[in-house]
Amino acid sequence: MDMARKIGIPILAIVLFLAFWEFIVWVNGWPNYVMASPSDLPDAYVRFWNLFLIGSWQTLWRTVAGLILAVIFGIVLGMIMGFSRVARDGLYPLLVGFNAIPKATLVPVLALLFIGEHNFNTVLMAFLISFFPIAVSVGIGLSTLEPEYRDILRSLGASKVTIFWKIALPKTLPEFFGALKVSVTLAFIGTNLVEIISPHGRGLGALFLSGQTNSNYPLMFAVLIALAFLGIVLYYAVVALERIFAGWAERPQG
Amino acid sequence: MTNLIEIKGVTHAYRTPRGPLPVLDNLNIQVPEGEFAAVVGPSGCGKSTLTRLVAGLMKPDTGEVWLHGELVKSPRKTVGMAFQNPVMLEWRTILQNVILPLEIVAPSMPRAKREARAMELLELVGLKGFENKRPSELSGGMRQRASLCRAIVHKPDVLIMDEPFGALDAFTREDLWQTMHALRAQEPFTAVLITHDLRESVYLGDQVIVLSGRPATTQFVLDVKYPGGEGLRKLEGLYTPACSDMLATLREQIQIAQGRQPGPAVH
Repeated sequence: MDMARKIGIPILAIVLFLAFWEFIVWVNGWPNYVMASPSDLPDAYVRFWNLFLIGSWQTLWRTVAGLILAVIFGIVLGMIMGFSRVARDGLYPLLVGFNAIPKATLVPVLALLFIGEHNFNTVLMAFLISFFPIAVSVGIGLSTLEPEYRDILRSLGASKVTIFWKIALPKTLPEFFGALKVSVTLAFIGTNLVEIISPHGRGLGALFLSGQTNSNYPLMFAVLIALAFLGIVLYYAVVALERIFAGWAERPQG
Repeated sequence: MTNLIEIKGVTHAYRTPRGPLPVLDNLNIQVPEGEFAAVVGPSGCGKSTLTRLVAGLMKPDTGEVWLHGELVKSPRKTVGMAFQNPVMLEWRTILQNVILPLEIVAPSMPRAKREARAMELLELVGLKGFENKRPSELSGGMRQRASLCRAIVHKPDVLIMDEPFGALDAFTREDLWQTMHALRAQEPFTAVLITHDLRESVYLGDQVIVLSGRPATTQFVLDVKYPGGEGLRKLEGLYTPACSDMLATLREQIQIAQGRQPGPAVH
């Protein structure tokens, strides 16, 4: 019953959404090139299934690679900002400024910096766009650790490293996973920015672009749905990790 | 009898943007081995600073803190701490929370032995059967009991408590006072208890130290003669004339201490 509800309700919501979409297109009598309807999509998937598989894989692995880099760099940066006031004061304006730059403008910069390194550029962009929430959340988590938590171990002569591993790190995990959920979707945006703006015929972004050049509008919408699907899959992968590593933070609902 | 804790002429000031803020002024405290010292005083008078000094978490500007005949310069493994906030690690079970100090102080101790030691204390404070629960599943009073177990699991010489019962309701608090006596009967330790509750100071303390307003100095020391003779103290003792007299004396001293404060504290 519980399991059926957990899976059934989201699926029902998606079905309702698709039905609504189909209805809107039908009521307005929109042709394909204005807005494709869900019933046009299966045809696109059937015709180009091998391209979808290859493109999805290319998009997925580059997004995940960028995300892994973002996690490593974000945690290290967050630690530096969490433990040092000076670093925090110095780095915050830089980080906020960098985050405010529209990342689309960086695509040509990267493309010129590392000419032809398409995989590298794509991973780099996924990383650049997604490390910020992680760094900020880890930094805030560490800097707001109540002094008593530190004192119970410090009074026993524990080293800073021990305090970090035993207390600061686990206590920050819920915030970290919250940020990671935001970063997952951001990383997809980063990957696709490069795939669409600076295409090398790889990834779902390139497939989207070829749909555009061939005026195959259902294909373009099919790519968007495929991207949404990948995003959902990766998001729930993070939720599963969160259950394992920070499940204690979840209160039983009364 | 030797003094386990000896605070000699300690003066301390915090550096603030508006200049130094003196909190302790020539403070002298002696606590003999095995005794329980309760420290009371007006709020904001530097009582928490005192706990951090005894724990070696900070150094006084002048004066000395001695523990067990050794000058305190840095944190030592022979201290246990408990705060008003039970400071439970939410990702650990109650048992694993209590074991925490042993992981630092006795890393080579086998796991089974650690757990047996923790269980012994949990049973003593009435938490048997809750050892595998998460802190969030327990009430505030139960978490504070677990916190006390954790403070003494490594058999410290000195237990330092900063208003550990301050956030509890009156009945739970009285329960925990009795638990405190039961613990002391089983596990001898020297204790410093910071509190705002005069009845608590008399029921638990062997001596009650009244601090003056900020900057705090030792204003008055009451030698507690708890009615009812030897053995575990009974709560009813608090309602005898002897206790009423002690409480009246303390209240009077606190009023004098507050009068010494140069106007309302600036925050």
